[in-house]
Amino acid sequence: MSFQRTQEKLKILADAAKYDVSCSSSGSKRSNTNKGLGDASGMGICHSYTEDGRCVSLLKILLTNHCIFDCAYCVTRKSNDIKRAAFKVQEVVDLTINFYRRNYIEGLFLSSGIFKSADFTMERLVAVAKKLRLEENFNGYIHLKSIPGASDELMREAGLYADRLSVNIEIPTEAGLKKLAPDKKREDFIKPMVKVKNEIIQYKAEKKILKSTPKFAPAGQSTQMIIGASGENDFQIMQTSNFFYKTYNLKRVYYSGYVPISYDNRLPQIGSAVPMLRENRLYQTDWLMRFYGFDVSEILNEQHQHLDLEVDPKLGWALRNLHEFPVDVNTADKRMLARIPGLGMKSVYKILNARRFRKLNWEHLKKIGVALNRAQYFMVCDSHQFEKRDLTSEKIKGLILQNSTSKYQKSLSNQLNLFG
Amino acid sequence: MKNKNLIYDGTFDGFLSAIFYVFEHKLKSASIQNEFVVQQGLFSEVERIITDEGKANRVWKGIKSKLSSRGSYQLYYAFLSEQSGVEALLLDYIRYALSKVTPVDKDYAHPSVLKIAQIAKSVGREKHRMEAFVRFRLTKDDIYFANIEPDFNVLPLIEKHFKRRYADQKWVIYDIRRGYGLYYDLETVEIVNMDFPANFDFTKTDDEFFSTQEFEFQKLWQDYFKATNIASRKNMKLHVRHVPKRYWKYLSEKQPN
Ligand code: SF4
Repeated sequence: MSFQRTQEKLKILADAAKYDVSCSSSGSKRSNTNKGLGDASGMGICHSYTEDGRCVSLLKILLTNHCIFDCAYCVTRKSNDIKRAAFKVQEVVDLTINFYRRNYIEGLFLSSGIFKSADFTMERLVAVAKKLRLEENFNGYIHLKSIPGASDELMREAGLYADRLSVNIEIPTEAGLKKLAPDKKREDFIKPMVKVKNEIIQYKAEKKILKSTPKFAPAGQSTQMIIGASGENDFQIMQTSNFFYKTYNLKRVYYSGYVPISYDNRLPQIGSAVPMLRENRLYQTDWLMRFYGFDVSEILNEQHQHLDLEVDPKLGWALRNLHEFPVDVNTADKRMLARIPGLGMKSVYKILNARRFRKLNWEHLKKIGVALNRAQYFMVCDSHQFEKRDLTSEKIKGLILQNSTSKYQKSLSNQLNLFG
Repeated sequence: MKNKNLIYDGTFDGFLSAIFYVFEHKLKSASIQNEFVVQQGLFSEVERIITDEGKANRVWKGIKSKLSSRGSYQLYYAFLSEQSGVEALLLDYIRYALSKVTPVDKDYAHPSVLKIAQIAKSVGREKHRMEAFVRFRLTKDDIYFANIEPDFNVLPLIEKHFKRRYADQKWVIYDIRRGYGLYYDLETVEIVNMDFPANFDFTKTDDEFFSTQEFEFQKLWQDYFKATNIASRKNMKLHVRHVPKRYWKYLSEKQPN
């Protein structure tokens, strides 16, 4: 490996890959075997953070930024006048192994522009993963990006070596896609998702009979949508998201606030702000769907097509549904506790445990770490200090905002340490 | 009755031996102190505790039978925090745990239980951070070497993680604050003490000690780190919250160059 040439390529191909927000490296169960290198059986670890606050856990690069397509929102598009480069298969292997050995990364996230054809490109992505697993005995995490239009046979092979597969749908609606990525067809994204979903199901079924069946994409599949490039509202975005979760068993949908990269009048112009807060609200909604037992229609529907930027979606829901409150923390079931604004699942479990020992009052709750600032308006506990005041939604919202400006400023991030 | 001052050798077994002493002599009030940080009470009797593995094991078994596995690891984590006064909290916690039939580790409204849980949580966070922020550098002897300076004594907690992950390379993780490290020789992990040359700079990599390749991979990693940043989303406040400044000096991507 020539240090200087690799260095040059790495700069170009890491730069081009950075807009893909998928970074998670958890959910796999690949453990170290035969004294090899690496282990992807536990929780993923963020080894560093970029200056914009995103987690760095994987070596995220493109195999090449040559591309025969011309998607308007993408730096790698054919018509963009940029330096092009391509890694050799062995170079990617060497970088991955050497970064991993130094504890810089959890593994590799390899994506690519499409050179020549979908299959030609996919073949090389698979070759990298195969080499890592078979020649280097590497048990770290591998995430491969499926190239839309690649053959079923290659997708199957990819799933044997990768922990996760993903294909980015990028634009939440078909109409938007037509406008911004004229070369792409929605079917081309859907086809690999269906294939992967079916293979996962099949491998799981076989595993029950035959213990030695290899794992197929054990961390499942994910996808990404760009937010704020094509005019969709939050309702449309989350409906699409919900559809993908339900239909293709996706593990994660990522939302990526559009970073303007080109002077194209179909898109927000260079210099327009990245919709970070909106992105954040979408992630929160996503979490409410996946972990808090909310149905997406409770939060977004024909009447409420936009997420409130001022308050998080759980608080927004509570304010629209005051008749469900106050909740008694000493008797309520898990589902309702999880719906109290300011209560994260961790606090919910703590309450469920702690209340077996004694009735909880405000002091206990505070000590446990409940953010009473929001929660106090929605709960009662074993305390006389509580007086049920008949506050309107507007009044409550005002009081909360007044006391929590700084907190909401902090959440202007795309990371998910929310609902605390 | 006078307060008894029990001095132990700083090890977990030593601490458990002191607990044994407390129960054996039915002491109502006792303070347990690490011999390295002793501050004697003026009016207390001093008793040196001899670390006794057998007694320690008996105590530990007893505690474990009263706590959930979570409770006992929290107790151990809290011990490794080395925080001043933690022994008193632990003693209180253990007394409370042994007095109850059911495990108390989730009784968060009890002051010592809550405190221990909180300390254990900070130690857990430090452990996790060390798993993330250890940066190995390849030495001329083909050993991957890392130095750390954690706030708490987390080396015993991260051993398993690194052994499992780096089974096919030799490595050392050295705690320079506490002056000991772990060395994995492809078979087992041992505790080691090292003497460093006077001119050894823990933040730098040079070809006197490290392989020539080492510098190149650090450079590639630094470049990679720079290239992944999206300037229009820059948020240093968030960045520093995730990577507190006290860790920067040994992070290769944070080295000026
Ligand atoms: S096909 Fe992929 S890499 Fe090529 S222009 Fe479209 S989004 Fe970019």
